[in-house]
Amino acid sequence: MTVFIIRRLMQSSVVVAVMSLLVFVGVNIVGDPVDMLINPEADQAEIERVMRDLGLDRPVHEQYGYFVVNALQGDLGKSFIFGEPALQLIVQRMPATFELAIAALLIAVVLGIPLGVIAGLRPGAPSSKAIMAGSILGFSLPSFWVGIMMIMLFAVMLGWLPSTGRGDTVPFLGMQVSFLTWDGLQHLLLPAINLSLFKLSLVIRLARAGTREVVHQDYIKFARAKGLSESRVVLVHLLKNIMIPVVTVLGLEFGGLVAFSVVTETVFAWPGMGKLIIDSLHELDRPVVVAYLMIVVLMFVIINLLVDIVYSVLDPRVRLQDARA
Amino acid sequence: MSVRTDRRAEAVAVETPFRRFASDFLESRIATVALAVFAVIAFIAVFAPWIAPTDPYDLAQVNVLDSHMPPGTEAFDGRVFWLGTDGAGRDLVSAICYGLRISLGVGVMSGVIAMAIGCAVGLAAAYFGGRVDTLIMRIVDIQLSFPSILVALVLLAVLGKGVDKILIALVTVQWAYYARTVRASALVERSKEYIDAASCLALGHRRILFRHLLPNCMPPLIVVVTVQTAHAIALEATLSFLGIGLPITEPSLGLLIANGFEYMLSMKYWISVYPGVALLVTIVSINLVGDQLRDVLNPRLQK
Repeated sequence: MTVFIIRRLMQSSVVVAVMSLLVFVGVNIVGDPVDMLINPEADQAEIERVMRDLGLDRPVHEQYGYFVVNALQGDLGKSFIFGEPALQLIVQRMPATFELAIAALLIAVVLGIPLGVIAGLRPGAPSSKAIMAGSILGFSLPSFWVGIMMIMLFAVMLGWLPSTGRGDTVPFLGMQVSFLTWDGLQHLLLPAINLSLFKLSLVIRLARAGTREVVHQDYIKFARAKGLSESRVVLVHLLKNIMIPVVTVLGLEFGGLVAFSVVTETVFAWPGMGKLIIDSLHELDRPVVVAYLMIVVLMFVIINLLVDIVYSVLDPRVRLQDARA
Repeated sequence: MSVRTDRRAEAVAVETPFRRFASDFLESRIATVALAVFAVIAFIAVFAPWIAPTDPYDLAQVNVLDSHMPPGTEAFDGRVFWLGTDGAGRDLVSAICYGLRISLGVGVMSGVIAMAIGCAVGLAAAYFGGRVDTLIMRIVDIQLSFPSILVALVLLAVLGKGVDKILIALVTVQWAYYARTVRASALVERSKEYIDAASCLALGHRRILFRHLLPNCMPPLIVVVTVQTAHAIALEATLSFLGIGLPITEPSLGLLIANGFEYMLSMKYWISVYPGVALLVTIVSINLVGDQLRDVLNPRLQK
């Protein structure tokens, strides 16, 4: 077990190292670091001072060393546009993105599991076919276009909901959140649905596949034979057993929601990390881009590591297979 | 009576694997329609310059006075803008034809390159096994643990804009799926007798890999091709919409939708709705064809 964790930790460190090298090469070798890391409005003395600070007058391998040492200390440079440390900017936007991602996850679970179970209990019924057709659409529809259509329909034509922005926020556990105000909730609804559509389709498929498998198990037949009501069989015996794969996959998919929020946030002008990185890419605010990429990759590496470890605890075969390889 | 049995015998005699495959595929009405729709889309994409009513990027044929025309408006020279015009007065029907050409072109080209790389790597992993296999599959696993949009975002942030850059990003996103699929089926095929026979004949590695092993790994690969191509087209549209994909000189469907987005709030819905519908129909038709291919090619489902 310890060996397994050490192996995986080493693998994760390699991924982070490769990633930092890639970003470093991208910024410092492919492009001109003077253009990218120094404010274009700076004068000659300022440029020379920053170059010395960043160690740009040194050989490449020493520069990479500087970059790594600074990054480890949480110093990923200052934003040209905002003049604040890039890391701080991103941390400020995190609550907005996480709020959106969690809301989307909730929608996917609350709607997806019942729909999937219904489709799995009566696979031939027209309602089930409609649900499955809907889930195919959910997989195929490009989410940015659906977002635009939602704005057009609900905000522009019907005028029911606001089109963009985050609305009123209130402090909650030290973060600014919008789901506690009516205005904030209205602003949250469309982007959250938009972000959840893909995961919703996924949950429907998982729940349907699970239901179709579980329904033929002996313990379900036994529960029915005992004379339990249909609602109790479905809600207790069946639901408990299909939750395991659904919950596992959802845990894995949370990172995906954060990554895909780049699209939703841009469409709905939601002030989170995703919108920040797209704006920074357009404005060539390289320090923010570098900081965002490093943070999100680190987040993914940690999620993957935790999932691997949890799996190996739950299923020893994973661990054994890895040891053999 | 006897004539009829003869005919039937004849029909059975000429049944080739391809014909059986084709008739299985055409059993599903939805998939047949989807295939037909995709054929039409591909035809439009390939022959866009000859089919489109105007060349939307030839300034001589575009009149700024025609901008923001709703669908069905008649232009000054008597032409009808069936789907309206965009902010620069371009006919949307023509713009969509050209956009399909770029979207499909980029999607298919990235798919072909990714398939070539993925097949070579996956075959090598399965055929040589051992350390090569462990290393390759570890890289594949790690890459697949990141969502495609994040991988694309990293690459485009580092590389910048351009057709070649977006191709690199799309290929990087896709190759691992091909490698994994090819490796899985090649592992099964490798242990079969015809590969042993080929080895006994002292044929070269390359010949065994590409002439014997690869053709037998095709069925699952064909399914992955459809799914991944649809995925690549959607991803390119998304990246172009975000403004980090194709440059404005290559107006794909994603860019057309992005252009229309700014007119959305003033009710000029058609500029981004119709390119989106074209994108949607393309992706759905490819996915439906892929679904049916999976059913037809899956040996476990065969009657």
